[in-house]
Amino acid sequence: MADTLVLEVATPERLMLEQHVTEAEVPAAGGALGILPEHAPLLAELGTGELSYTAPGSPRRHMAVSDGWVEVLPNRIRVLALRAEFGDEIDVERARRSLKRAEDRLATPAENLDVARALNAARRARVRLVCASHSVAAKR
Amino acid sequence: MPSLIDIRRRIRSVRNTQQITKAMKMVAAARLRKAQERVIGSRPYSGMLDELLRNIAAAAANQDAAEAHPLLSRRPETRVQLVLITADRGLAGAFNSNLIKSAQAFMAQRPGQEVQIELLGRKGRDFFVRRNAKVSGETTGISQTPSLRHALDLAGTLMRRYSDEETDAVYLLYNEFKSVLSQTVVLKRILPIEVDTSQPARDYLLEQPVTQFLDNLLPRYVQLGVFKAFLETAAAEHAARMTAMDAATTNANEVIDKLTLYMNRVRQASITKEIIEVVSGAAALE
Repeated sequence: MADTLVLEVATPERLMLEQHVTEAEVPAAGGALGILPEHAPLLAELGTGELSYTAPGSPRRHMAVSDGWVEVLPNRIRVLALRAEFGDEIDVERARRSLKRAEDRLATPAENLDVARALNAARRARVRLVCASHSVAAKR
Repeated sequence: MPSLIDIRRRIRSVRNTQQITKAMKMVAAARLRKAQERVIGSRPYSGMLDELLRNIAAAAANQDAAEAHPLLSRRPETRVQLVLITADRGLAGAFNSNLIKSAQAFMAQRPGQEVQIELLGRKGRDFFVRRNAKVSGETTGISQTPSLRHALDLAGTLMRRYSDEETDAVYLLYNEFKSVLSQTVVLKRILPIEVDTSQPARDYLLEQPVTQFLDNLLPRYVQLGVFKAFLETAAAEHAARMTAMDAATTNANEVIDKLTLYMNRVRQASITKEIIEVVSGAAALE
């Protein structure tokens, strides 16, 4: 039995990650999925959330992902996300600003406000902040 | 016969032009590298998306759900949307004119149909707005460094028009980046979407119903098609400009060589003339 599986994370801009991991936790729309080697083939929608994985011999890494799908193939996880960012590459200031902007927009709604869009933006910003803080914690 | 000073002046002017073309070539080369990286970077995602869509479409075909989706349904093409992606700037060889010619040919081939064009890039816009073509919208200033957001916006507009039955088909017309030396004009239909369902579906556990996957996958597929066209165009534009400017620099060199040779001849001729004058003057005194 294989003790690792390959995790691929791709966005339209680039292939973010292609690596052997021992385990990965993927935020599916219906709740987080913990995936170990030899997992059964599966296809699920990706939620907005934090993806984390452990590669052999290195600390756990975190990533903020949203909008897409997660496909589990024989010993391969493919995450197709519209947006993905490594926790330690997240610009915390920017995430804070976009969270504030989204919250302001929801607090004082303009007439033509796209509520779903603003909610999603707020959610993404929150996930990015959480993810960034986890990555900082992991470094210490 | 032009004087020596005139020829020198021309050489200097050609040399100045050559410096500009050389600089433009360097800039295009640097930008091309970046644009090329982006094209390559988008390939894994689009490959995976294609595969995923084929799988889901095949699974949906078994349930007869595929035909029902509005983005897949074919209608007789009476109103056609053409999306023309050109560059904002010229000096890139035949890059823009090839596209514009293809767009005109596209319209000429469809006499009974109503073609409206969505124009991206200043070159195409200037051409068709001046000729009073039926324009559905225009965007400029994004062709060199296209962002995902622009692609999502445009794809959203196109899909809305298609779903509202304002248009019956959407075609993209752009330059594909084949290599640094060759860019080919590509006409691609992005709506309705055509999915190959001949291959058997992969055996998955599906967390959501097939139709829900399809509802989200199809728009994403269109969005990515637009994004890819943007990236290809940007890379092709820089490649075309680099080739054109390289040719211009080489031509300038040739002109300079020719003028220098001519200049030397003129100089020699005038020296010879002066010697003859001196010698014959001396002979006359004897």
